[in-house]
Amino acid sequence: MTDISVYGEGLVKNYGKTEALRGISFSVNKGEIFGFIGPDGAGKTTLFRILTTLLLPDAGDASVEGFHVVKDFRHLRTILGYMPGRFSLYQDLTVEENLKFFAGIFKADISKNYHLIKEIYDQIAPFAKRRAGKLSGGMKQKLALSCALIHKPEVLILDEPTTGVDAVSRREFWEMLIRLKSQGITILVSTPYMDEAILCDRVALMQHGSIMASGTPDEIMSSYPHRLFKISTDRTLELLSLIRKMNGIHSAEMFGSDIHLSVADAETGIEEVGEYLRNYGFTAEKPEEAKPGIEDCFIDFMKLNQTG
Amino acid sequence: MKQFVIKEFLHIFRDVRSMVILFGMPLVQVLLFGYAITNEVKDVKVSVIDQSYDYASQAVVNKLFASGYFLKGEHISSTSEIEESFRKGENKMVVVIGPDFAGKLETGQQPSIQLIADASDPNTANLLVSYASGIINAYSRELIPAANIPVIVPESRMLYNPSLRSVYMFVPGIITILLMLVSAMMTSISIAREKELGTMEVLLVSPLKPFQIVAGKVMPYVLLSFINAGSILILSYYIFNVPINGSLLLLLGETILFILLALSLGIFISTISNNQQTAMMLSMFALMLPTILLSGFIFPIENMPAVLQWFSLIMPPRWFITIIKSIMLKGSGIEYFWKETLILAGMTLVFILASIKKFKIRLA
Amino acid sequence: MGNNEYVIEAENLVKKFGSFVANDNLTFKVEKGEIFGFLGANGAGKTTAIRILCGLLLPTSGKITVAGQNVYTQTEAIKKQIGYMSQRFSLYEDLTINENFRFYGGIYGMSRIKIKEKTAEMLDRLGIESLKNSIVASLPLGIRQKLSFSVAIMHSPQIVFLDEPTGGVDPITRRQFWELIYEAAAKGITVFVTTHYMDEAEYCNRVSIMVDGRIEALDTPRNLKDKFQAKNMDEVFLKLARKAG
Repeated sequence: MTDISVYGEGLVKNYGKTEALRGISFSVNKGEIFGFIGPDGAGKTTLFRILTTLLLPDAGDASVEGFHVVKDFRHLRTILGYMPGRFSLYQDLTVEENLKFFAGIFKADISKNYHLIKEIYDQIAPFAKRRAGKLSGGMKQKLALSCALIHKPEVLILDEPTTGVDAVSRREFWEMLIRLKSQGITILVSTPYMDEAILCDRVALMQHGSIMASGTPDEIMSSYPHRLFKISTDRTLELLSLIRKMNGIHSAEMFGSDIHLSVADAETGIEEVGEYLRNYGFTAEKPEEAKPGIEDCFIDFMKLNQTG
Repeated sequence: MKQFVIKEFLHIFRDVRSMVILFGMPLVQVLLFGYAITNEVKDVKVSVIDQSYDYASQAVVNKLFASGYFLKGEHISSTSEIEESFRKGENKMVVVIGPDFAGKLETGQQPSIQLIADASDPNTANLLVSYASGIINAYSRELIPAANIPVIVPESRMLYNPSLRSVYMFVPGIITILLMLVSAMMTSISIAREKELGTMEVLLVSPLKPFQIVAGKVMPYVLLSFINAGSILILSYYIFNVPINGSLLLLLGETILFILLALSLGIFISTISNNQQTAMMLSMFALMLPTILLSGFIFPIENMPAVLQWFSLIMPPRWFITIIKSIMLKGSGIEYFWKETLILAGMTLVFILASIKKFKIRLA
Repeated sequence: MGNNEYVIEAENLVKKFGSFVANDNLTFKVEKGEIFGFLGANGAGKTTAIRILCGLLLPTSGKITVAGQNVYTQTEAIKKQIGYMSQRFSLYEDLTINENFRFYGGIYGMSRIKIKEKTAEMLDRLGIESLKNSIVASLPLGIRQKLSFSVAIMHSPQIVFLDEPTGGVDPITRRQFWELIYEAAAKGITVFVTTHYMDEAEYCNRVSIMVDGRIEALDTPRNLKDKFQAKNMDEVFLKLARKAG
């Protein structure tokens, strides 16, 4: 047996004139957390709908656990756990009723699979009689995950599970995913938030229906082709426009109150940038060497695609 | 499947709006129609043009005004003043007794007696005429007890709305409307809601077959619609004495057939609408308005322009109203409306097939 | 900044719904031209506070002025001085860019000429004059978002409230968006941002973090990170929120 769990090749999907997917290929190994990172409109939801047999691709092939997403859709539907972008719970049903319902439609035995959701569900169990609509965002998310897991799926597909959820719940959610992974479940997750990339085993950076890069977060970050400096400042706008005028600069972008600048050639180093700034009266701002993050990489890939 | 039906009932019972539509509507509609119509006939102004003015005609007039239903309205002396007095609202009905009333009675001829009612309010007019006819017939039996056929046959004319329907006609109409509303509109909305909220995605990804999803959604509504139809029948039977002259079993059977038709229509609507609003609009325009306007419930089909008459042929409620009217009011059996029944069955089949074809196992 | 001209002043703001205390004694000031981040978990009371500041909800008690106006009595005056942009409701998608500008300008009683001027100025800034007659729905998400912001500040309000403005946009657009915000702030427009994404907080001059109806921290991102010995705002937030939970 191969250890590939989910596999896609040349997937294309158009909605009228809109090209949602422009030939996407990727493979996800068994038991890993694979992240599709990209902004709204990158094609993440379309891709997930194809993988969950909800949409037919216009071209290309995809399979999950060896089952073809078009031909074997009936069987696939028994082994997939899916959490669509919007929390797909019945708001007017209680926590308990939702769980029972989803177990029912998958003909799953709650007590038999309870160990899978125990850690997650225990946190919302005190509210078992509360209607799902009255739960906080974080609790809804836990319930939705419990419902997606109750039939013991082999592959879990989560479409933007952390959108609209606060930082604490987001952190807890990722901790849950990492525990689930240790139970051997393959997890595909999409997110528009770059900082979640490092929590995945491997990621694909998506934009405009294409995958710009994929690999482990470390691979992607270490492939960043430029030297990167970081400057802290209170005068972001002025400094930004100043640096963009400097020769030998590849790009300069805001990162909060910092500016990340990448240099185009070996001659431009910390010294040169520092001197340039001092010449224009920025004495407090000191450039320092920085390690590129996923967001730096994403921006770089986007610019590469725009010009190329 | 069991879980599905349970869930569906929970949705319905937790939603105040659906509960009101489901259980409040039948009650309110029946009571509204019933009371608004029956209670109006009291002390209605009526005028008599007595062209005979003999002992027999005066006796009829006395009987009429002794009944308690009618009050003497503005006096008019000729038939040409009738319209004018209707327009002014001075009279609601005019009784015209032809010449030589007593003479004709004595010689066994049919005396002429006309009831002319202001049918701009058709229901009142209808009631007035039937009450007046009843009184006159009673008098005629008093005169010649042996005769089974009424000697005096009042000739009635409805001004402004010549083909008039009886109060009883509203019960079949209400049942039809409510079944359409509950079965078609509520199912279509509830399926569309799952699409709108995104839960349909999860259902589709589950091993459930489309047939199971639809059946699970529909089952509670079959039951509720049936309870609804039953409660309307009971209400109208006990409160308004609307008769059920034909077979109750047949009536219930036909009702189930119509419920199935309405449900399949509802499912069909939901397959072509993606959110609750569209489903609602479609149900309103495709179902409710035609049911009310084109089924013959309010406006007589015979009076419609030919195009609309043709159009009304494809309106399921039209056939159903015909059927239940026959059963309830005429007491006829299936031999009189097997054609209508077949048409309904055929339509049901068409919509079920169309829905199955349209119901997607995938998204868009 | 630094001249201590405050456009929002809240002193002991309290809002109760029955026995539930949504806002518990909030005291804070926001300076003119400041970018103020208003953070908190879901249900921490952010929305309630914003509604009060926008004049949509009356506080239970406390002394609160927005743009120099009293939130108890001068809500109409406040509404003229503020702009609002949320992720959900921003532009009418079935209208063109021009029509949207005309509509919003009209709401705030701007003259036709002024609307024209402002529209031209803002489209020029975004470099999309050629698109002025395009239907909004046909535009890319990034452009729509920048347009919503432009519309929210076209009547030159004193304060603009942004509700999670950059959720789901690509990193380049997001930076262009923040550049717009910085420019608006430089012109003296106070920017009041709510979000629960902490990387958004890093762009703010000062942030307040709400936990369970109270403001638990209020300072510059840098000071907060120092104080909580955290790498980023995410950690600051987690430390604060977990302490409470």
